[in-house]
Amino acid sequence: MEEEWKVIDHYLMIRLPEEVDHRSCAEISRRADHMIMDQDVHHVVFDFSDTKFMDSSGIGVLAGRYRRISCFGGKVYVIHADRRIRRILKMSGLTNLVEMIEAEEHVSAEGR
Amino acid sequence: MENKMKLEFEALAENEGFARVAVAAFITPLNPTMEEISDVKTAVSEAVTNAVIHAYEEKGGTIVIRCSLEDSLLHMEIEDFGKGIADVGQAMEPLFTTRPDLERSGMGFAFMEAFMDSLEVESVLRKGTCVTMEKKLGSVLWSDCEE
Repeated sequence: MEEEWKVIDHYLMIRLPEEVDHRSCAEISRRADHMIMDQDVHHVVFDFSDTKFMDSSGIGVLAGRYRRISCFGGKVYVIHADRRIRRILKMSGLTNLVEMIEAEEHVSAEGR
Repeated sequence: MENKMKLEFEALAENEGFARVAVAAFITPLNPTMEEISDVKTAVSEAVTNAVIHAYEEKGGTIVIRCSLEDSLLHMEIEDFGKGIADVGQAMEPLFTTRPDLERSGMGFAFMEAFMDSLEVESVLRKGTCVTMEKKLGSVLWSDCEE
């Protein structure tokens, strides 16, 4: 997992694990915040390519990172989320805060 | 045909995944859809995580899961013997959380309610909490799952 996290042009790319739950979330938040502080991160991209399970713990991670960077004008993006994860994000109201990028679409600021 | 199981385990974060998978394995003979398995796993995860974080405040304790299958109906009780919930109505409100410090989203009960057919929460202060959920399996058409 270590190599899957990188900062490209002020975008922190976070490749989430297979299971995003209470157990994995504390470490994700801790590492993300460390990199945001350390490496001049403006935006955060959560990549769900490997994720097969997510519960409400994951909502907390996304919302927490959103709070951290949105006050400086940063954005949170979600990529490669399957239908179920999109549904969970929608149910929690997070789709109003983060930019969902569908698999076939290209990254664009207007998104969603 | 009725089938049942009881699972007792320590309230540790590493057992949350185990609990999800155990319940998913228990319902497998009913040929549930992928969607239904995910629904049940999410509900188990939310209830067990609540017990680990809130009931036992991450200090450990006993969690008991009882499941029964009658025809295609899954009946599931997830019980802890922790500190209990002062105001169940408030706890069940979406976005309400007592632990914003842990970045809890306050969506746990809302997800249980959304992913299962029924949800009941009984709690007694300093005695514990029992979450009872039911779900009919194998009855949902794929088209009903669209968001």
